[in-house]
Amino acid sequence: MTDARDDAPLSTSKRSGGAEAAIESLAEGKGSSIVGRSVTINRPVSELYSYFRDFSNLPHFMENVVSIDVRDPTLSHWVVKAPAGATVAWDARVTREEQDRLIEWTSEPGADVPNSGRVEFRDAGARGTVVTATIAYDPPGGIIGKAIAKLFQREPAIQARRDLRRFKQLMETGEIATPAMNPKQFGEMGL
Amino acid sequence: MKALAWHGKHDVRIDNVPDPEIVNSRDCIIKVTSTAICGSDLHLYDGYIPTMKAGDILGHEFMGEVVEVGAKSTLKKGQRVVVPFTIACGSCYHCGKHQYSACPNGLPADNQDIAQELYGHEMSGLFGYSHMTGGYAGGQAEYVRVPFSDVGPIVIPDGVEDDKVLFLSDILPTGWQAAEYAQIEPGDTVAVWGCGPVGLFAVQSAFLMGAERVIAIDHFPHRLELARRFGAETINFEESATYEALMEMTGGIGPDAVIDAVGLEAHGLFVDNVIDQIKASTFLGTDRPHSIRQAIIACRKGGRVSMPAVYGGFVDKFPLGAFMEKGLTLKTGQTHVQHYMPGLLNAIMEGKIDTEFLISHRMPLTAAPKGYDMFKNHQNEVTKVVLKPGMTN
Repeated sequence: MTDARDDAPLSTSKRSGGAEAAIESLAEGKGSSIVGRSVTINRPVSELYSYFRDFSNLPHFMENVVSIDVRDPTLSHWVVKAPAGATVAWDARVTREEQDRLIEWTSEPGADVPNSGRVEFRDAGARGTVVTATIAYDPPGGIIGKAIAKLFQREPAIQARRDLRRFKQLMETGEIATPAMNPKQFGEMGL
Repeated sequence: MKALAWHGKHDVRIDNVPDPEIVNSRDCIIKVTSTAICGSDLHLYDGYIPTMKAGDILGHEFMGEVVEVGAKSTLKKGQRVVVPFTIACGSCYHCGKHQYSACPNGLPADNQDIAQELYGHEMSGLFGYSHMTGGYAGGQAEYVRVPFSDVGPIVIPDGVEDDKVLFLSDILPTGWQAAEYAQIEPGDTVAVWGCGPVGLFAVQSAFLMGAERVIAIDHFPHRLELARRFGAETINFEESATYEALMEMTGGIGPDAVIDAVGLEAHGLFVDNVIDQIKASTFLGTDRPHSIRQAIIACRKGGRVSMPAVYGGFVDKFPLGAFMEKGLTLKTGQTHVQHYMPGLLNAIMEGKIDTEFLISHRMPLTAAPKGYDMFKNHQNEVTKVVLKPGMTN
């Protein structure tokens, strides 16, 4: 029998075991749902990696992140917006990192939303760098919670793709696109 | 400031709104001196475009004087600039290929979802053209915030009238790109469907690129007369049968290249509009799928099809068989305005391209609601309305 597996990422798998396999590929995978998303950024790998590895930079383009408190090189405390004005929090620990290649993390016990993931950086020649985020998480409130989060546009899949777009904009243009007419309006729009 | 705001179908008003300010460091603020109403603005006016909100400021063809600059703008206060309608960053993969209307960095991240669902990819941001294209305030206003002012706007030399260069913002590059996409070779015969601003600029551009004959097709006598002024032969499709006329006029071979510039100037996302029109389509009149079908059927074997006209959704009865059997090539897309601006400014300065012939009406910004009404209801005479915020009457 020949192996039916192709070269597509596990996050795009139609098979039932795809998410589990993707989560297993993480150093310390946690969570039952998986989000995978890639974006091409026209900047060198090293520049993108350095910016991202300094987690205090992430709120600049992650809309839902209220704050990230970097406690030591591998431990940080995250406060993130949740549906209906609430916030959720967790401690994230870096579980694996390879300079200019990848960063993996997992949430510590007691997290409001247990999660883990990996961000990879891959040289794409003339196109720049492909950045791939793979996030595994347990949606609070299970399937219904996921639907509610989606309704409030705080669903991780929506957030991941929008955050990666903003990361691209910030790195390529030095700013984040906005139709705001003045700085106050820009502030009110979230970023 | 005063600005022309959309409030619903056939309801545009002059509103008083706060002046725009610098938000990002590459921004500039311009004081608008001239701004035109585009044919595609009529589709906002007619209520066909989804994701409009009451109070949205319209206008994507505009120019003016730089009055404020962000820290990273390369412009200087007092310079006169024409602003491209496509908002592009100049530094991404697509901008590197001069495909500015494909730049994703001017479109806010949250606004990219709709186009990604519809088309597989997001498009560039646009001024004054619904929230699907970014929700940016447009240029039919006294002042406009212009993002990426270091790469978009083109500086106009002193002493050159607004009316000569205003159309660099959209319709002139769109007509030029349409002719370029028709891959015209010296001696070619080119047929152009639609003698609106884009079609008329495509006629001029085709001749400049070496076409021997250009055949322009429309049903408004005045617009056909304008095409004739540039040397085109004409077909009035209410007077003559277009396909048969084209075959007779080209000895049965057909035009080497065909340009579909019917209806809408080249931007906007008209899903509902297009689907409605297809449903109503009976191969009569001016519906847009009709013009592209007819262009494909009339085009010579091995010829080129250029389509600046906007299509937003799906079409049926697309003559794919004719397209394949005759071995045609199709090129289309929103205009990469920034790519064409410098060369076309030179062409205007050298007198190779006439732009002012198009303007039929000039009026103050405060008369804009009347301008929309006139443009919609008198298309034969009203070829282009230019609003002048500084004009008093």
